[in-house]
Amino acid sequence: MSSTPMSTTRTRLRPRRSWTPGQIVLTLLGAAVSAVFVAPIAAALLTSLKSEAEAAEIPPHWVPEVWTGQAWKALFDTGNITNWFVNSLVVSVCVTVVVLTVSALAGYGFARTEFKGKSVLMAVVMAGLMISPAVLGVPLFTTVQQMGMVDTYWGMILPQCAPAAMVFILYKFFQGIPREMEEAAFIDGAGRWRVFFTIILPLSRPSLAAVGIFTFISSWNNFLWPYMVTNNPDLMTMPNGIATVMNSYGIQWAQLMAGGLMAGLPLIIVFVFFQRQIVAGVAHTGLAGQ
Amino acid sequence: MTTTSPETVVVPARARAAAAGATVRRKQGFQHGGWFVAPFLAVFALFVIWPLLRGLYLSFTDANISGEGAGFVGLDNYREALKDSAMWDALGHSAYFTVLVVPCITVLAFLLAMLAHHIERAKWLWRLCFFAPFLLPSTVAANMWQWLFTQGIGLFNQTLGLDTPWLTDKSYAMPAIVIQTLWWTVGFSFLLYLAALQGIPGHLYEAAKLDGANAWHRMIHITLPMLRNITGLVVALQILASLQLFDQAVVMMDFSPGPELSTRSFVQYTLEQGFTSYRVGYASAMSIIFFVIIAVVALARMWLLRTREEGAR
Repeated sequence: MSSTPMSTTRTRLRPRRSWTPGQIVLTLLGAAVSAVFVAPIAAALLTSLKSEAEAAEIPPHWVPEVWTGQAWKALFDTGNITNWFVNSLVVSVCVTVVVLTVSALAGYGFARTEFKGKSVLMAVVMAGLMISPAVLGVPLFTTVQQMGMVDTYWGMILPQCAPAAMVFILYKFFQGIPREMEEAAFIDGAGRWRVFFTIILPLSRPSLAAVGIFTFISSWNNFLWPYMVTNNPDLMTMPNGIATVMNSYGIQWAQLMAGGLMAGLPLIIVFVFFQRQIVAGVAHTGLAGQ
Repeated sequence: MTTTSPETVVVPARARAAAAGATVRRKQGFQHGGWFVAPFLAVFALFVIWPLLRGLYLSFTDANISGEGAGFVGLDNYREALKDSAMWDALGHSAYFTVLVVPCITVLAFLLAMLAHHIERAKWLWRLCFFAPFLLPSTVAANMWQWLFTQGIGLFNQTLGLDTPWLTDKSYAMPAIVIQTLWWTVGFSFLLYLAALQGIPGHLYEAAKLDGANAWHRMIHITLPMLRNITGLVVALQILASLQLFDQAVVMMDFSPGPELSTRSFVQYTLEQGFTSYRVGYASAMSIIFFVIIAVVALARMWLLRTREEGAR
């Protein structure tokens, strides 16, 4: 039914692709605003290629007078940056895997199965949307301390693994899958778990990808919780190590910028390649909160 | 598209399937339903519910960081907190930050989305540029701006021809954090607006054009009303996130409370009480107070949504 209006808009869009005055103005404006957004990252990159002396020069300048990889070399020679990178990777991957597993199971359980106390539990999970390490930092820390998990991977990973928001997103998605699809399989003698793994999960790939991407980004970038739970420089994650260790012995700007880029660029590079999926994922997880 | 094929298979047996399915579902569900939610509930109980209850308990004690020898002190912590001017100052700073950030970020995200939506070429490039800062860790984004804002060596003043003491004067410190936050986080709200704009059916605009509505009227009468829900969401998410200000403020201020304590946020003050002064009981009381504030904001939003939905009906 939509074929006629579609084709008319298509044909009308084509000629508009030429450079009308309006498009020229908009594109120039877009380029200018983009330049403002990229400038701080570009400045950080250029500064990381200056010597420490030049990075602290007054007045400052954008482009290095002498290009040098000194700061990057010092970063790898002196610091624990490779350790931090590996720690970040381990923590974010574990958090993402656990969150995907538990929230997919829970989302399905709440959406499609019946058990005693379901509605009460659902309300409790919804209340969990309001709790974060920023809100309950000190009691959460003492709990983890009681469990003997301070300064361990477990202590960093597990408290990030109960995001009520992700359960809620998947719960809403599973509710939208037609029941007939499951019932046909039940008639054929399949059990709950079989239906979940062979019918529900394959249908939910886009939603699972969205949840996975969003979880990985927030875990990779998480500062507050790793900051509270670990003081051991060998166990720190990237954002945490850069902020605490590199800031503590007199700031060396060129090195700090190099370290920051090493923490930030992986996600930006991944974004360039998977832009469509990530944009859909972030928009999907955000919009599901409506 | 995938839903059509299994459905056509089921149709002849629809009646039988529905009857049999209902019993199968009840039986299977009763056996297994709890197991699906059990793993999540275990983690959730240990790291969300238990800390909340424990925090509530600790807030009535004078516990220190070692957790030993905590004595029951009743409501003393709460009484002290309500009289603690430093706590009210910290809450004020978080609120001030929120009041500055939320309107700015909402308007900016909308404008950026309109821009990216209407430029016809290289759409991926605008999306990339506006969203990239959001992908940086908070501490990295904060360090970059700490350096840009530093008087003398910073490029921010240099580029704009200013000599403002952004990080060392109490009237500029919070605005500096606001500018940094706008740059760093606007990309998220921008994407939500962009997705919403793309979801507005094109035929609405076509019809309005046929009726002779100009671009301004189309924006006022189609675009803005269609974006009402998403604006509510963006504002709510931003209020909740902004009240929890911590990362960028402490990093930009070198882990200090800022010039004349002017950027000490509520979260920062709570953590100072817990981890620097070792007053876990008192910090727990403040955590509970903060939880109540966040809950009130979240419930207010749900209430607003419900009344608006009823109004629409």
